[in-house]
Amino acid sequence: MTTTPDTTAATQTTTLLRFATAGSVDDGKSTLVGRLLHDAKAILADQLEAVTRTSAERGFVGGEFDFALLTDGLRAEREQGITIDVAYRYFATDRRSFILADCPGHVQYTRNMVTGATTADAVVVLIDARTGATEQTRRHLTVVQRLGIAHVIVAINKIDLLGYDHVAYAKVEAEVKELAEEIGLDTAHLIPVSALAGDNVAAASENTPWYSGPSLLELLETLPSKEEDTADLEPFRLDVQSVLRPQGGLAPGLDPEQFRDYRAVTGQVTSGRVHLGDEIDVHPAGVTTTVIGIDTADGPLESAGAPLSVALRLADDIDTARGTVLAAAGTLPQPRKIVRAEVFPFTAEGLRSGDRVLVKAGTSTVKAIVTIESRRNFATSASEPAEVLAGNDIGIAEVKLATALPVADFGEHGRSGGFLIIDPQTGATVAAGIHTPAEEGLG
Amino acid sequence: MSIDHAPLSINEPLSTLDVLESEAIHIIREVAAEFEKPVLLFSGGKDSVTVLHLAAKAFWPAKIPFGLLHVDTGHNFPEILQFRDETAARYGIELSVAKVQDYIDDGRLRERADGTRNTLQTQPLIDAIAAGGYDAVFGGARRDEDKARAKERILSLRDEFGQWDPSNQRPELWNIYNGRHSVGEHVRVFPISNFTELDVWSYIERENIALPHLYYAHEREVFNRDGMWWSTGEFSTPRAGEDVVRKSVRYRTVGDMSCTGAVESDASDIASVLAEVAVTTVTERGATRADDRISAAAMEDRKKDGYF
Repeated sequence: MTTTPDTTAATQTTTLLRFATAGSVDDGKSTLVGRLLHDAKAILADQLEAVTRTSAERGFVGGEFDFALLTDGLRAEREQGITIDVAYRYFATDRRSFILADCPGHVQYTRNMVTGATTADAVVVLIDARTGATEQTRRHLTVVQRLGIAHVIVAINKIDLLGYDHVAYAKVEAEVKELAEEIGLDTAHLIPVSALAGDNVAAASENTPWYSGPSLLELLETLPSKEEDTADLEPFRLDVQSVLRPQGGLAPGLDPEQFRDYRAVTGQVTSGRVHLGDEIDVHPAGVTTTVIGIDTADGPLESAGAPLSVALRLADDIDTARGTVLAAAGTLPQPRKIVRAEVFPFTAEGLRSGDRVLVKAGTSTVKAIVTIESRRNFATSASEPAEVLAGNDIGIAEVKLATALPVADFGEHGRSGGFLIIDPQTGATVAAGIHTPAEEGLG
Repeated sequence: MSIDHAPLSINEPLSTLDVLESEAIHIIREVAAEFEKPVLLFSGGKDSVTVLHLAAKAFWPAKIPFGLLHVDTGHNFPEILQFRDETAARYGIELSVAKVQDYIDDGRLRERADGTRNTLQTQPLIDAIAAGGYDAVFGGARRDEDKARAKERILSLRDEFGQWDPSNQRPELWNIYNGRHSVGEHVRVFPISNFTELDVWSYIERENIALPHLYYAHEREVFNRDGMWWSTGEFSTPRAGEDVVRKSVRYRTVGDMSCTGAVESDASDIASVLAEVAVTTVTERGATRADDRISAAAMEDRKKDGYF
């Protein structure tokens, strides 16, 4: 736990954890975020002063403040007292740096949640201890499960309003656990908190002697990031961004002789780890080659794991233009023209069968046609046949691609089973898609 | 830097700076690959210097495949302009300069009553983007700087007038960026969105990046106004009752001289600056930018109008 800032701790080498918070204002999410930032000493004096001043103008008394003012960055948000868009906040403790994506629960909640969660290592779903799990909770947990988020934390908030009663909490806990297991989130962490009073947010609370687990911040400090978790378990994959050939113009100070024949492909390791000498499959060339160099501007590496950006030199002179996919030999997913996907439409118009779109997966953009199969009903938790998905709906679609792509099963190659659906006329990102094998998704 | 020396092994978890660097390099490479004509908005300030350093790393051993653009307010610190020119030469890339003074001289812009020129940069910037045919403009903005910036995407679409529409932003998913735009529109790109001020300083230390010396403590003739220390000079003169004193100061941001104040500091090298930033209790914009004190939405209003 951070107390007073300590310069040696603040500047030492730390790891990074990205997490998102989801829940509605009524669940006390803004208060939780504000409490976390406040207790982690991430709010600077001038920010606090501005918030305290505005809080007083809004009728908050006795130095209490409206934590939402810390994250509501847009004029329209402050004026209407609602949060419209995902806000990113940054804080650090002695042990770790954090990037917090605060996802508002209003209006375009699915869009916001997906935006905040696709880059997250962990998601904190907030619920009100008095109401327990709602349809919104089911929706949030389903989205994080489908997005393959490594760590799911359910913060059961407002336990002060239950009088810190263990029996009352245990009832809510059992209900949430059952729901999480039904959705496939068996490893979800449940924490009893009071954002307002600070119980179990940054430090363990004396009011909950019956809870022996970590506080929210302690848990966030110790969870492995997505890459730490999986870098050595998942096979290597890299989506090629460009080919580096310095013959057209070498960086100043380098010896032209040394780089006369230099050729490498650039990309960020999507999943796993690549080593010098590794055999890799190349799509669409359909050949196997060997990695003979892993370069960075700081010098060559023996191996590189996700999410490092590197330049790879390959043994054979093959076509590796942008959009090429490299994967550990034998692990390249079968290139496919028909992708069955869970889709998350973002716009009011939604997505309908017959829509002609662009799919951007990794570094490839191809034309595609969408056919909607079904829609999830969160009230009954069943899937219903459908031809149209409205904004905020989640459903299954068949996406027919103009060119076959080696789309991975989501989770097989890190996050590379996820893709954007783009309206070719407006250029807008209208939906997210996640490759979903046939046996899943209709549950 | 050579491809011959012994390979390094990195099996331990990547540090925060490694992850942030890797993300920035990915973004810069994506934009260079997908856009016709990117340009990097370069002020000589620490954030744009950091983006330039990252661009050099992204394309090594090739040189950076785009040039620099600077909007000179006419009130820039001379040290910064010299640093700007030397830096462009060192990286071997082209530098274009758009001048606010030209606009004032021929009457296209009028000097503001308060003398600050930060908001006057917008018109020359938009004109320079149109004239240069730039479809992607890299900038060094960070999300921790301001509440409005905390809401902006890494790739931020701007219309023909350079305007940002905060209520209609594209969702940004995984590490896949959608830079599609129509003729006349362009995209602002912020590769170090996720760096904090402390991350930038830590990165500058780790990478040994050269900065203008204004960032480090130096003796200067200053006077106090609204709690900030102002350099005496052509563009900021003390009023009655504002005593000029000699103090050891440094700048946390280096913008237009008419709206950028200094802080008292003895931090004369990177290590002591880092120590200072780590324990600061005031944001860098709150401490040293008069233009951001105007209102809670000062930055949002400027961005909607085409500012960075």
